[in-house]
Amino acid sequence: MLRWIRQQLGFDPPHQSDTRTIYIANRFPQNGHYIPQKFAENRIISSKYTVWNFIPKNLFEQFRRVANFYFLIIFLVQLMIDTPTSPITSGLPLFFVITVTAIKQGYEDWLRHKADNEVNGAPVYVVRSGGLVKTRSKNIRVGDIVRVAKDETFPVDLVLLSSDRVDGSCHVTTASLDGETNLKTHVAVPETAVLQSVANLDTLVAVIECQQPEADLYRFVGRITISHQIEEIVRPLGPESLLLRGARLKNTKEIFGVAVYTGMETKMALNYKSKSQKRSAVEKSMNSFLIIYLIILLFEAVLSTILKYAWQAEEKWDEPWYDQKTEHERNSSKILRFISDFLAFLVLYNFIIPISLYVTVEMQKFLGSFFIGWDLDLYHEETNQRAQVNTSDLNEELGQVEYVFTDKTGTLTENEMQFRECSINGIKYQEINGKLVPEGLTEDSPDGIRLSLMKEEELFLKAVCLCHTVHISADQTDGIGDGHWRANGIVSQLEYYASSPDEKALVEAASRVGVVFTGTNGEGMEVKSLGKPERFKLLHVLEFDPNRRRMSVIVESPSGEKLLFTKGAESSILPHSRGGEIDKTRIHVDEFALKGLRTLCVAYRRFTAEEYQEIDRRLHEARTALQQREERLADVFNFIEKDLELLGATGVEDKLQDKVQETIEALRLAGIKVWVLTGDKHETAVSVSLSCGHFHRTMNILELVQHKSDSTCAEQLRQLARRIKDDHVIQHGLVVDGTSLSLALREHEKLFMEVCRNCSAVLCCRMAPLQKAKVVRLLKTSPEKPITLAIGDGANDVSMIQEAHVGIGIMGKEGRQAVRNSDYAIARFKFLSKLLLVHGHFYYIRIATLVQYFFYKNVCFITPQFLYQFFCLFSQQTLYDSVYLTLYNISFTSLPILMYSLFEQHVHPHVLQSKPTLYRDIRKNALLGFKPFLYWTILGFSHAFVFFYGSYLLMGEDTSLLGNGQMFGNWTFGTLVFTVMVITVTVKMALETHFWTWINHFVTWGSIVFYFLFSLFYGGIIWPFLHTQDMYFVFVQLLSSGSVWFAIIIIVVTCLFLDVVKKVLCRHLQPTSTEKAQLTETGSGINCLDSMCCFSDGETACASVRRMLERLMGRCSPTRVSRSWSSSDPYYTNDRSILTLSTMDSPTC
Amino acid sequence: MAAAAAASPCAEPAGRNKPDNTAFTQQRLPAWQPLLSAGTALPLFFCVGLACLALGLGLHFSSGTIRELELDYTGAPGSGHGCSRCANASRAAGAEACTCSLRFELPERFPGPVCLYYELSNYYQNHRRYSVSRDNRQLSGDAAGLRSPATECSPFRTDPRGLPIAPCGAIANSRFNDTFALYHLANGTFHRVPLDNRGISWWTDSNIKFSNPALLNGTLEATFKGTAKPPNWPQAAYLLDSNPNNTGFINEDFIVWMRIAALPTFRKLYRRVREGNFSSGLPQGTYCLNITYNYPVLSFQGTKKVIFSTVSWMGGKNPFLGIVYLVFGSACILTGFVMLAVHIKFQQQNQMDVE
Repeated sequence: MLRWIRQQLGFDPPHQSDTRTIYIANRFPQNGHYIPQKFAENRIISSKYTVWNFIPKNLFEQFRRVANFYFLIIFLVQLMIDTPTSPITSGLPLFFVITVTAIKQGYEDWLRHKADNEVNGAPVYVVRSGGLVKTRSKNIRVGDIVRVAKDETFPVDLVLLSSDRVDGSCHVTTASLDGETNLKTHVAVPETAVLQSVANLDTLVAVIECQQPEADLYRFVGRITISHQIEEIVRPLGPESLLLRGARLKNTKEIFGVAVYTGMETKMALNYKSKSQKRSAVEKSMNSFLIIYLIILLFEAVLSTILKYAWQAEEKWDEPWYDQKTEHERNSSKILRFISDFLAFLVLYNFIIPISLYVTVEMQKFLGSFFIGWDLDLYHEETNQRAQVNTSDLNEELGQVEYVFTDKTGTLTENEMQFRECSINGIKYQEINGKLVPEGLTEDSPDGIRLSLMKEEELFLKAVCLCHTVHISADQTDGIGDGHWRANGIVSQLEYYASSPDEKALVEAASRVGVVFTGTNGEGMEVKSLGKPERFKLLHVLEFDPNRRRMSVIVESPSGEKLLFTKGAESSILPHSRGGEIDKTRIHVDEFALKGLRTLCVAYRRFTAEEYQEIDRRLHEARTALQQREERLADVFNFIEKDLELLGATGVEDKLQDKVQETIEALRLAGIKVWVLTGDKHETAVSVSLSCGHFHRTMNILELVQHKSDSTCAEQLRQLARRIKDDHVIQHGLVVDGTSLSLALREHEKLFMEVCRNCSAVLCCRMAPLQKAKVVRLLKTSPEKPITLAIGDGANDVSMIQEAHVGIGIMGKEGRQAVRNSDYAIARFKFLSKLLLVHGHFYYIRIATLVQYFFYKNVCFITPQFLYQFFCLFSQQTLYDSVYLTLYNISFTSLPILMYSLFEQHVHPHVLQSKPTLYRDIRKNALLGFKPFLYWTILGFSHAFVFFYGSYLLMGEDTSLLGNGQMFGNWTFGTLVFTVMVITVTVKMALETHFWTWINHFVTWGSIVFYFLFSLFYGGIIWPFLHTQDMYFVFVQLLSSGSVWFAIIIIVVTCLFLDVVKKVLCRHLQPTSTEKAQLTETGSGINCLDSMCCFSDGETACASVRRMLERLMGRCSPTRVSRSWSSSDPYYTNDRSILTLSTMDSPTC
Repeated sequence: MAAAAAASPCAEPAGRNKPDNTAFTQQRLPAWQPLLSAGTALPLFFCVGLACLALGLGLHFSSGTIRELELDYTGAPGSGHGCSRCANASRAAGAEACTCSLRFELPERFPGPVCLYYELSNYYQNHRRYSVSRDNRQLSGDAAGLRSPATECSPFRTDPRGLPIAPCGAIANSRFNDTFALYHLANGTFHRVPLDNRGISWWTDSNIKFSNPALLNGTLEATFKGTAKPPNWPQAAYLLDSNPNNTGFINEDFIVWMRIAALPTFRKLYRRVREGNFSSGLPQGTYCLNITYNYPVLSFQGTKKVIFSTVSWMGGKNPFLGIVYLVFGSACILTGFVMLAVHIKFQQQNQMDVE
């Protein structure tokens, strides 16, 4: 019983045993040795709420926010005790905030529900009661036999039972899981592989025992026990028979498999981290500011309470004859009175923590995020995709990034390999329009279309065609014989699948230039060379391994020759070559590499019959050896792959995305460290890293790879650290692979971090999805707590995207998983630079100023209230009217800051993008640090002092301020302070604004005008439903005094005077680079004209305004302004191409 | 014209997902981008400084022409003041009004209209308990309000017999009830100076915000029947003045009192001198002020003063504005010079930085 409760409460994991037993098709044994097990449903749940728990859970979540909870408390206090202000003043805004947030979150969750339902409701076919039943994905249970057809994704983790092939094999691609696009072969146990129909499967009685779910994609241990009549056959099961949810069936008509892990227990789901609420650094500092203000508030309330009692110790102050207490007040307990006084002060000062801050921030983030989607520079013409914002909470975090973790395939590259050049027999060729053209000859050279290939060329192409592990999509091999190809044309019908995209590119290239690989047939490989079919008998495959860095095939040609074709890295081919143009080829290979092409060398060897017999014998011995098989095989391979005749070399381009190099360079200039995390092989990763500019040729590349044991890894790490220390002049790049990384992280985290921090570029290869997330987390939790950004396109990047502070999805080829789980999605990697350098920078500046300003204006607001207590015996008399208290944040001062935070551009976007170093100015949350915070707070307090004492000196001289000698009262005094405050605070915002659009003008001056109009209206009527009529005609009386006008002007000017002086002096004495950049944009008056002129739509729309302005200014000189910054820009040097909008000249003006 | 070139395919149906190329969506709204640098701030500083100096001089002289005379008549014990007698007199016995008189010299002519204020200090009209202790509904002449005053008025809501107090509340109850009469010594005899009590309160207060309840049987007395006078008042509200337009809730002295002061030391307008021989002001000479001393202030260490003051467009004597403008103007110009030095010194450097 106790155990059951503990289980339900989640103390004990629900699975006690290490294995799970699955009865195929849920045919449970009859003899009763069966313990029912509970497995998860096959339902993916990414939503947070249900209809039932939405209200309580959402309220709970919302009130977990410090601020919301605080306002709730204040509201409750106001309801309970006699307070100076009405409960509505805090209740109404709170209700509004909570409702708006709840609606927003409810809507987002509804979208998640919809997405989940789509996945869970997808149709699947399940074998049940002897037939194929169509059902929904969510209904699959563990033990069900599921049928999956070609190109479908697996709905659960399946153990393969059979496929439409005799050998029970099938091909899958796990691109959406680990990013590998190659085909992987999975095989079924021979006993079940023969059960290829539903009827056969129905007779199967078998039990699978396997481990409990775990996240490792490449680990699966289990066994299947098949009851065959009376005997039981036990077969081991490994990862090669497990088909993972999310992977896609390729090249195979259909398969049957039994579900072993379902729903949230699938390896895919386990590899996803739960979607946790990400909070930006700004929000964190906002919360710490809140706490500081809470302390200020408590301090003020306590101080006021204490002073109240100190002051009122004597009866003549506590209760003078004119101001007597009621009996009730006299009799109430002292402690209770003390507490209630304290709470009343709390309520009186509670506005120091602005509730509208949260509403404004939410609105700013929500509305502001539209600009990302609207940006034409982030729009990708070819795919018709615009940038997409999934979480607007993190806009400003884009301006704080210190580390970028990027996936390689599909993110940096297009995920498309393309054959570019080759070197055959010492002659360089280029592929031009499906023809191999030797260097020096142009495409339309006199001999025109060369119908024949030279002997060396043909041999080379055949080598390329034969030496590979490429498959051909099964149903397309049939149609090939019909001659759907031309000698020099492109055979488009063939669909090749390869474990290596390079091989695929090579085979495709060979087929384009005339040597077509048409498929394997039994032991033979069919090749059509210039139209004549040839059949090679495949004798042996010497598989690729990373030590040899080459692979070979031994084939028998139609003429009976035994040939060895070898292909591999030049370092592993050239030393073994004996003949051929070795030197020339070496030069060519270097040239290819410099162009950023991935190079392979191709060689062959002819065997005599005797040689072959010996080789055949030795290979057979090695392959069947029981001991030291690998060493012996390696020996034999080395024996075979020698005395090679070099044929040539190939250059394949893994096509990089557009402007990747410039983007990485810009990020680096911005002080962002770029790490490439990839599941790819070491060599591939390094070569891409080099070609995309992540690694420079001048960089000293350090390696930490292939470490199997802890000690060697540690030794290597120490050595690397020493090398970095010795040689700190040049830049270092580090290459780590997955296994070494996990070793390094297990024991030597500190040392590893030390090395990494000193490297300007880090490349991690062979990474599992969770490992990527682990690396991100490691950086995230390191002592400096840097802000991390992860960018990727595949499902294998999802965990990393979710782990990082900001996750960006690339809308690429590998599904929408990454996009769905990302915070922002863009179409191309190059957009990252504008997203971070321009949008991120703007959002950060905007929100940082928003937060600081909000606290500032509320300090201004509430400090006079506090000061007034010194003049009213701490009796909690409010200085401002309740309506003013409520509306101050909601309407009088809300719009200018909101509009500022939507439109501010302190520097021109072009400047931001062309000078990435400006990004460093805002790093480490610079504008929300302690110093700026202190500055704004002190500014707030000093302004409040000036308002209050300015007004006090004016009125406190106790003379009349009216021409007719009449006197003002307390509400007039409060209104004077309030009026000065509204104007000052608004003009202060105006001082902060650098980018004055008509909207800014409208809301800034409009707010002041609105305040005046509202006050006239509010004070002009006896409000029937209001209890007090304190404000009746107060405002009009105030404004009818000339002295008051003079006072308002001088107080406002005095408040802003010091601020202006400080700004000017700072700009001149210690200018930040941002301020310098601002200086370069001179002629601001024309800028507006300029931006309009150069804007086609704007041109028509604003033509009249432009003409008018032209007339006003008597000139239109956009050429002068046009890029005064570009010519004088120190950073604007070679990467002119970074500018997505090129230099704009405006001939129309 | 890259932007323009990119804009043209906008019309094609292919760009359905393509963002609009407008100034707004591309964040390229025409904008004025001012920079707060020494170059722009300098002229501003000098201009503002000069303007402030000029205004400050004007205000200072304007305030300087205003004449003001303060007379303290608290009569604190031991001050040997003429009103000490009244101040010390027991309040409880105050059936008989205590009067005292003050003789004073006006050193120069006060041009009319001269305002007569009384000033109380250490008096917290702005105390929260005090300031809410009123019923605006009752004061606006509402019949229901008259019979059942708001709870805020406690403990001056009902009298011990349970009758509603009109006007209720602590503010009304503590109405200032000293009265003054001014005499001018001319040709050896004291002539009474006529004091005008009209228009001492805000027009909107006495005409709209405050009004008496609807008359019953044509008399205010009948209307107020069934209510009690505030405990501290010698007589009921309808007996405040003989003039029917200045009695009850619309008595101007009462209305002035009901507009509570912002600070513990405050003045309230009592009368104006603008009639008869004194319409052009108070001539230089000797005056005598007869005070009916009712209002106790010694218990809370308050003081009472009478102030004679002339008024101009800017109100009473107020040196503050002039001084502030002068100080600020000079500060501005001084900063301007500092700025200029900085500007010249760093201009070179900035230009180098920029280039």
